[in-house]
Amino acid sequence: MTIQFNDETFRDDYSFSNSQRAKDRFPFPFHEDSYMYSINMEQHQGGPADSIYEKRFDVDEHYIAEMRDRALVLADDPLRCQSLPHMTLAGWDLLELIMISKSEDYPELFELHRDGSKWHWINKPMGIEDHFVFMDETTLPYGPMEYITRQTQGDFCVLDQREDNLWMDAGMVTTQADWSLDFDIGMNFFEWHAPVPLAHEKGIFKRALKFLLSIQQGAPARRLNWTMTVNPLLDTSPENYHKWGVQKNSLTPENLGSKQHLRVELQTFFRLPRSNGLVFPIRCYLMSFQDIMSKPKWGRRLHRVVRDLPEELATYKGFIDKRPMMLDFLAQYDDGLPTSFGVWPDDHSEPSLQK
Amino acid sequence: MSVFKFPESIRSRPVYGILEPRPGRSHLMIADCEGAEAILDLAAQASDLMANTHIIFIPNGTLFGPKLQELNPAQYYEGPSFAAALSRIQRVLSDAVMGLQIYLTGTEGMMGQAQNEAMQAGYDYTAIQTEHRGSVARRMQCVHCKGITEDVIIDPFECSHCGLNLFVRDHYSRRIAAFQGVCIDAEDPGNVPASVELYS
Repeated sequence: MTIQFNDETFRDDYSFSNSQRAKDRFPFPFHEDSYMYSINMEQHQGGPADSIYEKRFDVDEHYIAEMRDRALVLADDPLRCQSLPHMTLAGWDLLELIMISKSEDYPELFELHRDGSKWHWINKPMGIEDHFVFMDETTLPYGPMEYITRQTQGDFCVLDQREDNLWMDAGMVTTQADWSLDFDIGMNFFEWHAPVPLAHEKGIFKRALKFLLSIQQGAPARRLNWTMTVNPLLDTSPENYHKWGVQKNSLTPENLGSKQHLRVELQTFFRLPRSNGLVFPIRCYLMSFQDIMSKPKWGRRLHRVVRDLPEELATYKGFIDKRPMMLDFLAQYDDGLPTSFGVWPDDHSEPSLQK
Repeated sequence: MSVFKFPESIRSRPVYGILEPRPGRSHLMIADCEGAEAILDLAAQASDLMANTHIIFIPNGTLFGPKLQELNPAQYYEGPSFAAALSRIQRVLSDAVMGLQIYLTGTEGMMGQAQNEAMQAGYDYTAIQTEHRGSVARRMQCVHCKGITEDVIIDPFECSHCGLNLFVRDHYSRRIAAFQGVCIDAEDPGNVPASVELYS
């Protein structure tokens, strides 16, 4: 299908919006009426037609606007993209993975022509066309990881694998849920997850690490994670927290439906062939509470999840103070009816709101 | 009282041990302040180490220098600050050959920076011994302006560079050799709780 790219912003006037198609394919993260951490991994080998799971790297209506926002973030703070010296090979692996995936999955948007090491890349939506020599950094305007991730939605953590651990040794991180690449770069899997409450005690990270260490080439995996964001702000970085934190206090009962967004991360994991690194793209999808309420099942369920979430998690995810106001809004959309199992909205089988 | 037992914390927070003599061709001991006492304890266990030991000591007002010199290390240097000692540390690390043992002791800020230098010179951080002694003040990085404030002993504190009110996290970066400070009143500007002394 042809994608109409939105002309929209993720800052200042926040003109971001989701079309009906975007609402229909939003990755609602709750498969039941409650939430607790889990590893919730599955294979990333496609998914239902037109879902965000169908392609290896989903391209949607927000593509151009997200790339514009990334360029603004990088101009303001180039340290959002860093690669330790031993990670350049993994950067080439990543460039290859994305170029091949996108040109195969979206041939009308991206083309890759390869003649030995002479590569020709065409990105039609962004108007980019470059000839370069694969594995020769001098032939690209940026390092390979930065070059391709300036053209791909989502944050990218490029992890080195050694000593039975994963190391955050490179990344492009401009749409993060409040963590700093500049601070965390060089840390191992347990260290960069250190601030996450409860999950260490539950052994989640030990099991997740075991799973990730054994991911094979050609067998990527995926999971969802989520948090809450006021306004459709992509750059919820700790670096700029002193600027955006105050927006959390702009919520009122009247504007909450349009301002409060559920922020869902599609996390995927691909083994990189030459470096044996692992790339961990974190793709962010935003949807306002009022748009979520257009799906009766999601409305019922979001109320129950937010209401019953353990206090530590509501604190960690940054909305403990606003939870009562959120619940006042969400309760209007919960009539107490049961919900069907699974994440899909089931528009045609779930009853409409009975109040 | 120079020995403090840190409570259990998150996985990125450094943990320290007790220096023990290890076989090696040569020994580099870097200490500040009360860290000198850890070196004195170490030497009491294994006085033969000193013939191949280089001590770099930053007294910072303490009076342990003469006692360390009495140990008769092969080389002894006293510096007025870590920054002043840095080029000497870098030189020693770049000249080092296989079989060097590294011992760091004193404040967290000094040990972190020295460890970072050793890592940059190619030493695995897990092979470097550390023992905390003395002040529990921290070296903090402001996540907003990236400025470092040394010897932070209260929480929250004011960034010495950008002036934001920062709370003291246990999240620690070896590469920056600092804990992370994050604005405490971002969501409600001006609402800053009274500072308390760390571990008080």
